[in-house]
Amino acid sequence: MSAIYILWLRELRRYVRSRAQIVASLGQPLMYLIALGFGLGPVFQKAGQGSYVQFVAPGVISMTVLFSSIFSGMGLLWDRQFGFLKETLVAPVPRIQIMLGRTLGAATVAVLQGLLVGVVCLIAGFRPVNSGAMPAALVFMALIACVFSALGTAIGSVLQNMQGLQLIMNFLVMPIFFLSGALFPLNNLPKLFSLVTSLDPLTYGVDGMRTTLIGVSHFGPALDLAVLSVVAAALLCLGSYLFSKIEA
Amino acid sequence: MIKVAGLTKRFGTFTAVDEISFDVDAGEIFAFLGPNGAGKTTTIKMLTTLLAPTSGQLEIDGLDPRSHAMEVRKRFGIVFQDPSLDSELTAEENMELHGIFYHVPRKLRLERTEQLLRLFELWDRRKGRVKVFSGGMRRRLEIARGLLHTPKILFLDEPTLGLDPQTRNQLWTHVKNLNESEGVTVFLTTHYMDEAERVAQRIAVIDHGKIVAQDSPEGLKRSTNTNSLEGAFLSLTGSTIREEAANSTDQMRQFAKMWSSKR
Repeated sequence: MSAIYILWLRELRRYVRSRAQIVASLGQPLMYLIALGFGLGPVFQKAGQGSYVQFVAPGVISMTVLFSSIFSGMGLLWDRQFGFLKETLVAPVPRIQIMLGRTLGAATVAVLQGLLVGVVCLIAGFRPVNSGAMPAALVFMALIACVFSALGTAIGSVLQNMQGLQLIMNFLVMPIFFLSGALFPLNNLPKLFSLVTSLDPLTYGVDGMRTTLIGVSHFGPALDLAVLSVVAAALLCLGSYLFSKIEA
Repeated sequence: MIKVAGLTKRFGTFTAVDEISFDVDAGEIFAFLGPNGAGKTTTIKMLTTLLAPTSGQLEIDGLDPRSHAMEVRKRFGIVFQDPSLDSELTAEENMELHGIFYHVPRKLRLERTEQLLRLFELWDRRKGRVKVFSGGMRRRLEIARGLLHTPKILFLDEPTLGLDPQTRNQLWTHVKNLNESEGVTVFLTTHYMDEAERVAQRIAVIDHGKIVAQDSPEGLKRSTNTNSLEGAFLSLTGSTIREEAANSTDQMRQFAKMWSSKR
């Protein structure tokens, strides 16, 4: 148990110490929030959908959690490179504990980063309709973080070097983000496209965030919660399995 | 303590370790010598549960690393050839992580951390982050960390690479002490023949994945008719220089170096 805790703590220590990285990682969400939020605002308003900043903020927070958790999970790749991975692999600690410690640490870091962007959204003019639902939003953030840090760990376990990183970024992470409905409403989409979005786990995360923060729901929070929990459990199993197969 | 028979590891068509056999007794210091790419590190990886052998018998303290990985891991400590520290953490935090992984009780952990960091002259820098440490300091920290829990077997894979004579001396004195006072079995590899001669009771020379000789330092010199271990080594392995292909990890390190110096 203490191994899980110390590995979790390690992720947090590393996060807190990388201040430059924290600031840098605020750039992208800010860009989406400001450029799209204010740029597309008038069109969105004309289409009768209300304020775009209100609409896109939960999506931008979800995006932050997605990127942060998937890359923290893939931090495994860096540990392989700098050698620390070996230290954990020869230790008399079950691999499942190592995997859990790292993944929970990555998830916690992602939630912190999401909260930070949440604060930025508030400053930019985002107003949650129901401040009592904030803890529920936190639950969804945590679930998104668990799903994608587990996915990151799974990817990090099979990827041998950095060459694969660009591939993962372009063919996995970006599609997950763009197909999730983080930037657009899911109503009245073409049938096939609608099907594709409903296969993306982040779609349910964004929907859950939107439900709790601005009271707009597509699937309903119960389905969101169920899908995210099942996917998180499945990916944690997959991640543990792949992690247990690593040879140094 | 270590029993190896017919151990083989193939990577595709390349045979890195070819049917090697040797025994290391409890309390012995055993040196594994060989040119670059001879299969030393691959053997250590198989002994320390990091790599599954292709075939052959393997026993650590009576246990097979394949079926009893966790039990085997509790019994050894290792200092790797290449870095394995977390450079974002401080020296102290790296020791803490290791102590917790190896279930060293807190009080004992703090005591031993102080003792070892003082021994390797890192105590004043214990709150410093490893990434600002020099190569020698990192090496010393790796060694201190490997000694934090008291293992039955200590694997040292080229531990003195890049260390100054003072630190090398410090290290070997400490290893000999551990061996004598606590009966720790030591399995080491090195390129410095004088070190092997100084500490090892028995030496195996490996080349192209095969063990070409196995004897005491004196015996090796006698059987090759040479008057130094270096001479014996060269007469056993020839004097051609070996080339090792850079693997993807090396390439990544290169890449990371390039990247980190930009910032």
